[in-house]
Amino acid sequence: MRLEEIVEAIDVEVLVGEEWLPKREITTVSACDLMSDVLAFAKPGILLVTGLTNSQVVRTAAIAQLPGVIIVRGKRPGADTIELARKMQVPLLSTSMHMFELCSELAKIGLVGTGSG
Amino acid sequence: MNDEVVFSQEFEVEGGDYVTGGESSCRILEILKELAFPPAIVRRAGIAAYEAEMNIVMYAEQGQINLTVTPDRIVIVAEDRGPGIEDIDLAMQEGYSTATDEIREMGFGAGMGLPNIKKNSDDMELSSTVGEGTRVQIVIRANHEGTSSEAA
Repeated sequence: MRLEEIVEAIDVEVLVGEEWLPKREITTVSACDLMSDVLAFAKPGILLVTGLTNSQVVRTAAIAQLPGVIIVRGKRPGADTIELARKMQVPLLSTSMHMFELCSELAKIGLVGTGSG
Repeated sequence: MNDEVVFSQEFEVEGGDYVTGGESSCRILEILKELAFPPAIVRRAGIAAYEAEMNIVMYAEQGQINLTVTPDRIVIVAEDRGPGIEDIDLAMQEGYSTATDEIREMGFGAGMGLPNIKKNSDDMELSSTVGEGTRVQIVIRANHEGTSSEAA
């Protein structure tokens, strides 16, 4: 599923990277606040769902070449993180939903977790 | 084996700098992409470099990362001046960590870093002297796609 389709189906706001969404292919979802674990289990096509907003989230996504990141609980990353995401071409999205609610919505439209994907 | 060096660069890494920490690895990622390595190789090298860089940021005072590329392999050496590792076998165990709360708030310190470097390398050498520093050498063979992080 393309990230663009997810944005159309679910109440998420695009903070960075509207123009990249049509080409970002999502195969599975990881809900994770541990970047160490994201790096340990990184596979192509993982959409990262996290409550963290620091610059290392963007670097982790860039290094692991993840197609996008959704930040939950309405948190807003700082200007530095936003700027870095633009530079590293990491789409950053935000939602007021909490982690479980967002994951439920993603499951409803047919996405599966990285462990089963 | 073709040992001709096609690219070499050293990057300085500051201990405790959580904001810019990881910048060198992002540059390494860009360099390897420009050198047209396959995406799976770039990902493995990037992850190994980033884990090594974040270890310097999180635990050491100061360090360097040296990238050397030959047609056959990517060699990344991360060397730091810092506390060193007392028990390397223990540090290599998944889940073992001496991370502070500050490190954990950034999403690191799960005790996965060194094992993950090993997983993404074709060859990894770790040496350390307590009170002086740590050196990690990562070798990734350019023609070896690996299976670890590319199972899917």
